[in-house]
Parts: sequence; C-alpha cells; structure tokens
Amino acid sequence: MDRNNDSPDPRQDGNPYDATDATERRGEATPTNQDAAAQSIGAGSPEDLPDDTFASRGAVKQTVGIGRKTESGSFVFPAFDDHHPPEKDLIDDCVHCGFCLPTCPTYVLFGEEMDSPRGRIYLMNKGLNEEPMNDQMVRHWDLCLGCMACVTACPSGVQYDKLIEATRGQVERRYERTPQDKAFREMIFQIFPYPNRLRLMAAPLKLYQRFGIGDALHKAGVMKLLPKRMRAMEALMPMLTEQQEVPEVTPAVGERRRRVGFIKGCVQRVFFSDVNAATVRVLAAEGCEVVAPKLQGCCGALSVHAGREQEFEGFARQLIDTFEGLELDNIIINAAGCGSTLKEYGYLLRDDPEYAQRASAFAEKVMDVTEFIQHLGPVAERSPLPVAAAYHDACHLAHAQGVRRQPRQTLKQIPGMEVREIKEAEICCGSAGIYNMVEPEPATELGDRKAKNVLNTGARMIVTSNPGCMLQIQASLKRMGHSMPMAHPMEVLDASIRGADVETLLAK
Amino acid sequence: MQRDLLIRGMQDILGPEGVISEREQLRSYECDGLMNYRVIPELVVLPETAEQVQSVVKLCYDEGIPFVARGSGTGLSGGALPVESGVLIVLSRLRRILEVDIPNQRVVVEPGVINIWVSQEVAEEGYYYAPDPASQIVSSIGGNLAENSGGVHCLKYGFTTNHVMGAEIVLPDGTMVNVGGGKAADAPGYELLGAFVGSEGTLGIATKITLRIVRKPEAVRTLLAAFKDTEEAGGAVSGIIGGGIVPAAIEMMDSLCIEAVETAVHPGFPRAGAILIVELDGPAAEVEYQFQHTIKVCEENDASEVRIAEDDEERALFWKGRKAAFAAMGRIANDYYVQDSVVPRTELGAVLKRISELGAEYGMRVANVFHAGDGNLHPLVLYDNDVEGEAEKAEALAGDIVFTCLEHGGSLTGEHGIGEDKKKYMPKMFTTEDLDTMQLLRCAFDPHQICNPGKIFPTPRLCGERPGPFRMHPVQQAGLAENF
Repeated sequence: MDRNNDSPDPRQDGNPYDATDATERRGEATPTNQDAAAQSIGAGSPEDLPDDTFASRGAVKQTVGIGRKTESGSFVFPAFDDHHPPEKDLIDDCVHCGFCLPTCPTYVLFGEEMDSPRGRIYLMNKGLNEEPMNDQMVRHWDLCLGCMACVTACPSGVQYDKLIEATRGQVERRYERTPQDKAFREMIFQIFPYPNRLRLMAAPLKLYQRFGIGDALHKAGVMKLLPKRMRAMEALMPMLTEQQEVPEVTPAVGERRRRVGFIKGCVQRVFFSDVNAATVRVLAAEGCEVVAPKLQGCCGALSVHAGREQEFEGFARQLIDTFEGLELDNIIINAAGCGSTLKEYGYLLRDDPEYAQRASAFAEKVMDVTEFIQHLGPVAERSPLPVAAAYHDACHLAHAQGVRRQPRQTLKQIPGMEVREIKEAEICCGSAGIYNMVEPEPATELGDRKAKNVLNTGARMIVTSNPGCMLQIQASLKRMGHSMPMAHPMEVLDASIRGADVETLLAK
Repeated sequence: MQRDLLIRGMQDILGPEGVISEREQLRSYECDGLMNYRVIPELVVLPETAEQVQSVVKLCYDEGIPFVARGSGTGLSGGALPVESGVLIVLSRLRRILEVDIPNQRVVVEPGVINIWVSQEVAEEGYYYAPDPASQIVSSIGGNLAENSGGVHCLKYGFTTNHVMGAEIVLPDGTMVNVGGGKAADAPGYELLGAFVGSEGTLGIATKITLRIVRKPEAVRTLLAAFKDTEEAGGAVSGIIGGGIVPAAIEMMDSLCIEAVETAVHPGFPRAGAILIVELDGPAAEVEYQFQHTIKVCEENDASEVRIAEDDEERALFWKGRKAAFAAMGRIANDYYVQDSVVPRTELGAVLKRISELGAEYGMRVANVFHAGDGNLHPLVLYDNDVEGEAEKAEALAGDIVFTCLEHGGSLTGEHGIGEDKKKYMPKMFTTEDLDTMQLLRCAFDPHQICNPGKIFPTPRLCGERPGPFRMHPVQQAGLAENF
C-alpha cells in the first residue's frame, strides 16, 4: 500500500459502501439541559484538588476579538531595553504546563492562548529573544488584569507579578500608544492618585447625583453618545457620602498594645471615608494608638500596576518620608490594591541606593488590617450581628498577599455572622485598578459574572476589602437591576464593636 | 490555496474573532505542554460550535490543507504540535456541558470542557468522572479522549476509553458521524469508538462526547508510607496487589520528586528515599478490612512511617502534592524531559535500579513519580537547556530509559501518547507489519493524511534533520531566517 501518496478514498468515487451510512447520521441536536450549563457546584470527585484552585466556566457571552484590535501600528525593536526587562530566569521557571489557564479571567472569557498567563509569558520570552514589541503583544499584555490568580495556581512558582510589572514598565516607556489612549490614561493618572483632585471632581459629582442628572441622561439616551470608556467611568461612580476626616492621632482604648501608622488611600479617602473612620475606631478599640499623618500622598499602586515606574517611585519615596521617624510598630492599610504594592516597596525601589533599605524597612511593617487584627488577637467585645454575608476575595488581597483566612476569620468572630462563599471566588471581578476604565468590555463581563455568583449565594450583604471591587460589583448589580448592601470588613466589625444592629449596618 | 483566501474562507465560517493569523499570536500556539518541538501554524482557528468545526475541516479537506486539533494544550508528547502550512483547530471555546443524565449515569460534553468540570457538575448528585490525569484541572475532555488519558485512579477504574460511551466525530473529510452507543450499554458492529479513543487526533475531531459517570464510593481511605528506597516501596506495592487488593491508586515518588513537591506546594511529606500514596475505596467494611491489611504490608516492608489521612483535607493535601509533581520540577530544574513507559509490575525494582544507574552514568538527575500499581513510570530527566549539550544528553538518557523498559517487556507510553515525541521509538516496539496494520486503520479514516499528519508513525528523517529537542538554527539565531 502506498503510504506517501493519497490512497483511494471509497467515499470519493461514489462507492456504494458509504462509511457514513454505516453509522448513525448526526440527528437533531440533543436537547440542551439548561441546568447542566449552569453553575459549578463546589466540591468535586473524591480525588479532587481543593476547590479554591480550580477552573471556572459557564456559557458566557464571549468578548472575543478584543485582543485582535490593532492600535497605533507602531513597533519597537528590540522589544525590551536593559532597564528591568522581564527577567529571563523568572520566565524560565514556566514549564508550560497550563495550570494557570482556567483561573485566568481573560482566558475564561476569550479561550485564547495569548490571553492566558502562559501565553503572555511566552510573548515576553519572544520579546527577549527575537521579536519586536508590536501592537498585538502590547494588546495581550494590556488585557491582563494583573489579578495574580495565576500566581496562586502555578505549581512551578512562576513570579508572574514581577514579570508583568517589568513588562508594563517597558511598554509605557517604549511603546507609542494612540493619542486618544494616551490622553485617557493620562487623565486617569492626573486625577486618581491625588485625593484633592479627586475631591474637586467629587463636588460637581455630588450635585449630579443629587439631582439625578445621570438617570435623566440615561433615559434621554445621551449617555450612549459618550465614548465607551467615559460611560464605564460614569457607571462606576459611587454615591458620595459625607466626608469623615481621620484624626492625626487616635489614642488606644484601654491599655496601648501597639502604635500603628494608618494609610488612608486615595479612592478610599474620598469615596469611602466611612471605611477609614471605621478602621481607625476598630484599631483603637483593639488597643492601638493610630497615627494617620494628615498630609499623605498616594502609595503609587495604580501607577506601578500600569507600568508608570517613575511616577510610582516619586509617590513611594514621599510616602516613606511621611511615615519614617514616627516610631511605629506596624503600618496598616485597609485597601487590598494599595497593600500589595506597599508590601513590595523593598523590591520596587531596589535600585535606589538612598531608599532601598528604607523601603524594605517600611514594607516589613505593612499589614492588611484584617491580617493585623488576627495577628494581634482580638480583645474588644463583639456584639451579635445575625446576618448572612458573602465574602468577596479581592485579588490583591487573596492572590497578591495570600490573605484569605484572616478576613473570613475576622467576620466569623462576630457572633451570629454567617460567611458565605462565592462560587468562582478565584476569578477577578474585573475592577483591577484602572482596568475597568481602560478595558470596559471584558471588565463588564467579569463584573456581571461576579455579580451573578454573588446573588446566587442568597446572602443579604457583600463584604470585601477593596474599594475598586466595591465600585465594580455595585455597578454590575445596578446594571442587572439589583442592589445589595456592601461593606468593608472593618465597617462590619466596627458595627459589631459599637453594638449597632444589623438593620443599621444594612441601611448604610 | 493562497493564505489570504484561506483566511477569508475561515473568517466566513467563524467571523473575524475566530481566526488568528498574526505572527506573534500564532507563535503562542507553536507548542503544547511539551516545549521541545515547535512549529508555527499557518493559521489558528477557534470555532464555537460543532458545525463550525465541520465547516473548517471541510474547507481544509477541499483544499488539501493539513490540520491539527488542540484542546488546552497540556499534552506531553507533542500530540497537538501544529504542522507547517497547516491549520490549528483550537477547541477551547467549545466548552458547554450539554446534558446531564443522572439516572443513566451519563454526561454529554463538548470537547473543550475541562476534565474536572464534569465531576463538579455531578458532585451534588453523588457522582464523579473517574479518569483523573494530574492535569485534570486544566486538560480538556477532547484531549483526554485523543490521548486515552489515565490518571492515578485508572488502576482500578480504567482509562478514558472505559468511560467514553459515544462520540460525535468530524471525520477528516468533514463528514460528521456518531460512533459508540447512546444510552444502551453496547452498540453492534465494529468497535469504532475503541479505535478512535487514543488515536491522538489522527482519525478525526470529536465534537460531542458522551461520558460515563460513576457513583462516589461509600468509603475512601488514603495512607502515605515512607520507605528507605524505591526498591522497598516496590516490594510493598507487590505485597499489596499480590494480597488480592485492587487499590484505587498506588503512587510512588522518589526523594528528588518529594523535594520538588515540598518546595512547590508544601504538603508536609516525610523526607524519605521513596513514598507511596495508597488509596482504597469501595464499601466501608471492605475498605476498612483491606486498609488494615495494607498498613500491615507496608510495615512488613520496613516502612519508616505510615501516615493515615484523617480527613478530606489531609487527603486532598496528599493528592495535591502528587498532582503538582510535574509542574513542581520547575522549582529544582530549568527543564525536564519526561518519559511515560510502562513496565510489568514485577519488573519495577529492576527497572528503577537501572534508571538510577543510568542517571549516574550520564551524571544527570532523574526524578521518579509514577503509577506504581500498573507499572506506569514517569521518569523526569532534569537538565538545563541553557547549558550547551545538556538537552541532547537528557534526550539520550531518556531514550536509554525507554529501551531499558522495552527490554523488560514494557511499553513506550502509558497515557501521554506517542505524538511527535516518541514516534522514533515505535519501530523498537513494533514490527513493520504491526505498524502497517495500524496505518491501514489510519488510512481508512484519513486517506489523504491531512488529520494531524506526522504523528505516531515514524517518518524517515529529512536530509540533515536531527531528532530531539528544539534547537535554533544558527542562521535563525543570527536573525537571517525565520523558524519554519
């Protein structure tokens, strides 16, 4: 028989012995069981891995094609320069096993290799070796939410966080974005890291909200005329509450156990000042003297996650200066996104001879507030809050800092409180720093997916540790015609310690 | 056919979102879980329905364009390695669970559905899908079907082939057929399904797969036993199985592997020359009786420690350590080369001894983690691709390991498949007549050899072509030519 050339195919020359007749022809499509296509159901077979590492699925409307848009048409060769390229050693840790794929939000949405951590690392390697940095590569790196779920999932210990941060730095310095893209990003970074500017923006926003201008504009269809990114920003804007300033020094209640510094955050300070006030009250109640310097700038988390290295360094040095010499035992942060960056200060400023040491010393003191409270051991008396709350893991707390147990424990220590888990907890809600503003389509899809899973818990409220996640999930719930009380773990704990009742907490 | 026309043709079928044609994007598909071989495909297509798969295949057939199917791209034999000037059909967007029929113990899925989703889907009803390759959290059912994947529990429950009841297949000429049974246990005629499962993507593309699910056992007990060396552990394995017990799983890991796993996922394994993880399942009374016997056998074989999983959490930890083993190699070595040979259980001790001798002869580290119950070895040869000559040495050592296994009556692969990687060894195991008979079957399905061509069967090498891991050609290194 001739193996190299085509053998005669009986079906080609009308041979009566047609192979397809011998088997059942494809009939009507099997009725789809709607339930079957529904949600994942927790624990698997006897030999499963623990369910916090696995895949996500479901028939989602796919925002495919997003990765295909070409942008400015520019390219850079070589892809990376010598100033902190993604490190070859770290890239080599990846053995291409693919365990990261099912936890990557963009792989979940698009099902494409280039939009998975494995694919992005592969592109980085190509950039290191042979290929120029061009639109496609940048597009796929841009689409990464930086949620770090892949870091949790990776059995080889690939430090994707460091790789993507280095890559983003290179992109921002070397790649020419389209003028519109550049302008939009610039606008974000001229506002968000500056609480005073945020506040200025918030004033007219308040009027806008009080008079329901947004709703009226929506009804009139005017909103549809705005560019997608502006619409996304509008949808995310929270209802503003009265500003609550945190005192510069708050004495401990009872015996002083620790003297801690408090970082107020930018978005947190302006849009969620209640959370800061609650955090300080809780810390004081747990025996901490809380020092919150009045003039403190941004920690630079947004900048570093977007590859704006120099801008970040400026912010970081300033913040280190502010907190140095205050004789603090710990430095406390209640926003997940800020916390993960603060803990990396030592690494991020490693090249700065004047600051490297000081940055490490600073970073060593940083703790997330729930982490700190569990570390310290709670003393303040908790009064009951009988309510079922869904706890949402902020990616920068769970994946980037590995803080999962402490916030849950903090909530469970409140008598009557029931903590419900959200399915696909490891998948990002789509907020991801500035992601939901610059990449509204995938962010919205992830937000809606998360909101659905939150609603499915049947809980009465949602608790999470990051302002970005709150805005994102709130926006998705609103779009779906729902609303749900939302709180930071510190607000819940504060309510319990103060003896407030559940309804007051829910009405917040 | 011109490239532009092919792209347009595919876009007509799939829309612009379903066709990938940019060079950098194509490059991320140039290899699967085995990075040693790389080929940039002409085009990558991402269909979303079975009908689209059919149309894509039909177009390829009409134009004589070769194609390769790919699921999650986790295969370890290069089975989803693209072919030059060919189309890579990626099935990761066909990921719906179409039907769950608990009374008939069957689930109908699309090929891109991830293995563990099936178990998750039916867990509440008390069922699960038995085949559990270590990659079960990411590998797709379509890929499992193509490779006839096993897993740690296939000693008792069998391979994928024992759990697939039927499949809808797009043949290489674009015809869509159903093979195997539906709800009934068996279908008359030739066992085409049996031929299709494990055909490594050379006979067609499955677009709908009916799986059998099984009831969760009443009781599961797991223990971990530490031994001085792999030989003693091997003795315990023979003792357990010789005693008439069919454990759900018996896995062995050697000290190097334990070290890697400890660094990666910290399961708290004892530092020993070898450990065994033994799992028994079934009716509670039976499991309890056999479990006591198993403990006794371990002790008789001088186990230095026998640790019993007290709860599900501890059990999960044992398995997490085992299942992360391959990927954890990244912690102790830059690169590894894994083999998948099977030897008769009775030969385990001799073969393992020879492997460690070979490692010493080559001056290279070999980590062992394997399904001890059915003698399916996974020796991992550790090397560093950046060191001149190491990759070649690793491959030669891996080859010697394979030959050792064959000499002891073994087989080339237990579950990873032949693919691109092991086809060169096929003539060592099979005669020309054996291989010709296999080709007869292949040609019946794929007379034009366009469906995953170049896999499984050894091909004569081209002039100057060297086998082995990917190496950049000097001309390419100098940036004067592209990879082809």
